[in-house]
Amino acid sequence: MSILVGKDTRLLVQGITGDAGKRHALACREYGSNVVGGVTPGRGGTDVEGIPVFDTVADAVQKTGANATMIFVPPPFAADAVYEAVDARIPLLVVITEGIPAVDEVKMKRAVRDAGLRMVGPNCPGVITPGECKVGIMPGYIHKPGKVGLVSRSGTLTYEAVWQLTNLGLGQSTCVGIGGDPVIGTTFLDALHLFNEDPGTEAILMIGEIGGSAEEEAAAYVKAQVRKPVAAFIAGATAPPGRRMGHAGAIISGGKGTAAEKKEALRAAGIAVADSPADMGATLASVYKPARKASVVVGKPASKRPAPPARKPAPAARKAAAKPVATKQAPARKAAAKASSARKPAAKKKAPAKRR
Amino acid sequence: MKLHEFQAKALFAEAGLPVPRGRPATSPEDAAKAFAELGGPLAVVKAQIHAGGRGKAGGVKLVRSADEAKAVAASLLGKPLVTKQTGPGGTVVRRVLVEEGLPLDRELYAAVLLDRKLEAPILMASAQGGMEIEEVAAKDPKAIVKETIDARVGLLPFQARRMAFRLGLGKDLVNKAAAVLTGLVKVFLARDASLVEVNPLVTTKDGRVVCLDGKVTVDDNGLFRQATVNGMRDLDEEDPTERRAKDAGLSYIKLDGNIGCLVNGAGLAMATMDLVKLHGGEPANFLDVGGGATTEQVTDAFRIILEDPAVKGILVNIFGGILRCDVLAEGVVAATKAVGLKVPLVVRLEGTNVEKGREILRSSGLAIVPATDLTDAAQKIVEAVS
Repeated sequence: MSILVGKDTRLLVQGITGDAGKRHALACREYGSNVVGGVTPGRGGTDVEGIPVFDTVADAVQKTGANATMIFVPPPFAADAVYEAVDARIPLLVVITEGIPAVDEVKMKRAVRDAGLRMVGPNCPGVITPGECKVGIMPGYIHKPGKVGLVSRSGTLTYEAVWQLTNLGLGQSTCVGIGGDPVIGTTFLDALHLFNEDPGTEAILMIGEIGGSAEEEAAAYVKAQVRKPVAAFIAGATAPPGRRMGHAGAIISGGKGTAAEKKEALRAAGIAVADSPADMGATLASVYKPARKASVVVGKPASKRPAPPARKPAPAARKAAAKPVATKQAPARKAAAKASSARKPAAKKKAPAKRR
Repeated sequence: MKLHEFQAKALFAEAGLPVPRGRPATSPEDAAKAFAELGGPLAVVKAQIHAGGRGKAGGVKLVRSADEAKAVAASLLGKPLVTKQTGPGGTVVRRVLVEEGLPLDRELYAAVLLDRKLEAPILMASAQGGMEIEEVAAKDPKAIVKETIDARVGLLPFQARRMAFRLGLGKDLVNKAAAVLTGLVKVFLARDASLVEVNPLVTTKDGRVVCLDGKVTVDDNGLFRQATVNGMRDLDEEDPTERRAKDAGLSYIKLDGNIGCLVNGAGLAMATMDLVKLHGGEPANFLDVGGGATTEQVTDAFRIILEDPAVKGILVNIFGGILRCDVLAEGVVAATKAVGLKVPLVVRLEGTNVEKGREILRSSGLAIVPATDLTDAAQKIVEAVS
């Protein structure tokens, strides 16, 4: 099992004819995601390597039954793209676009929330349920199906964490990049809640950074509600105060939002906190011992490794061969796939295009 | 992006908000002229730098004649003003604002900013103007009143009124204050501000409500649609290296250490700095080359890092996703050759096309130290510079 996206996700791509939109729509399809259509106003009736393009989101939803949308529309038009998706009542909006004005983000968030829908991002790498569905720009092959839920404000640092988990033989249920902006759709708290409720997630790794107090709020929730093992890393212990560290939301202001504060709050909630980014995976492993359905096979030949989506297994496999921790995963993976075919993903809330 | 006080006040005035009469001056003679133009017995000469704390640092002075205005301007212009926000070197004053003096009655505080927890802009005010709001918050948090703003509609009339009453204003001033508060929220929303602050917001003995000070910071992400604000950018207030990095599409912040860091992604860049520090080194900078860095950008990044004479070694840490490792490696090789790298270079690559990338580095014939993982990379660069 997993959260947000899975086998039943029918993905729309807004901004599909732009450079990034096209590249990632195709990469998601190649990973195995069901990309049912794209939207670019004025390009309706054409297609992107077989993916039909529509002029409006309403049209696209009506014709394809899309239940999730991945938005690549540039900042000046991104808010409008979100409103269009909200109007079409798409249950899940994943906004990849970086550089959206905060005032727009505040309005987007309100619109999504008022409509009872869910947004991930903006300024995020997206969401992936390994082996099932990728909705985002992350390299798919570093992931591996499993039971660790990962939530992070970052992009590449998330890939780093995923890679560490995969190399330790710890697969992921779903990885959610929530984005680095000050106002985002899905917060740590939201993601933790989903993971806590998800029977397919047994442990949680959260990657935070300086700025704001979302990690502290998450810590309070973990302390009160979460009985699954949780590990964390907070980036920015060395960041100077008052400076925006790349992400619009990564700033220590008025002495608040420091890494030290956040780590303390997390530790006080019983969360295992890694001080080094090299130890994100290991820290999770220190608190989470998965019940292995399959025996651990030391030095298993690389070729027997579960091909995380088949196309680029080479680097991962090579690494696995070098490290004697590869786990035989095939049965678990099959089970996961079986379970997921029975589940209803985020789309369950409302039938698409009901109102139209 | 920060604005100067005189720029903030120009935005206020354009929105119909009451500000003192006055104008900026760049020379002592011009300041004297500005005093004469005001025609009053009293004026204020205020140093225009981005940092706060100017008053206590001697950057704001009352003057009673054109000669005095000239003398005060002469004492400020062209010299660094050190406030608690500037750092020990201070910031050179290039402009002063010459404004009419007003018969002050009460000093209030008002600000509009984004509340991240509420995920909405808030209007925040206090009857204790002139003091720093952090100080008020620490001493007497109840003295701060707040209204949450729906960004889609702005401050509602009842909210503005309620806040004015809570500030203890009599009914003769409530409507005037409410109009000012509403206007400040309008400026915030219309200008893509991340902060609009007026400290103090004053009432005068002749029954007016005036923005005596003005501080506006604009959300960089909003600049694409803020032509007026863009024209207010003051390059002199920016660190020249950080400015060049910004123009090259890189996110760079200078720090005090000696290990230059070149990383893709803001989170990983911060984590890399933390890692260096954890292994006993000191990062010289934060540098995010972004998701789709080109060879030119990587070369620019190397140049910018090496401009810092303190840099004794460079750590490149890349997790290839969108940015493929082979592209990055080519960039590193080209850049190393172009800038004639003289300091140790440790490169840690992982992700898309990593083997190709490593091969490019290996076969380049350059003295690049490869690292296998994060810890290895940190240990190697710390050792190389010590």
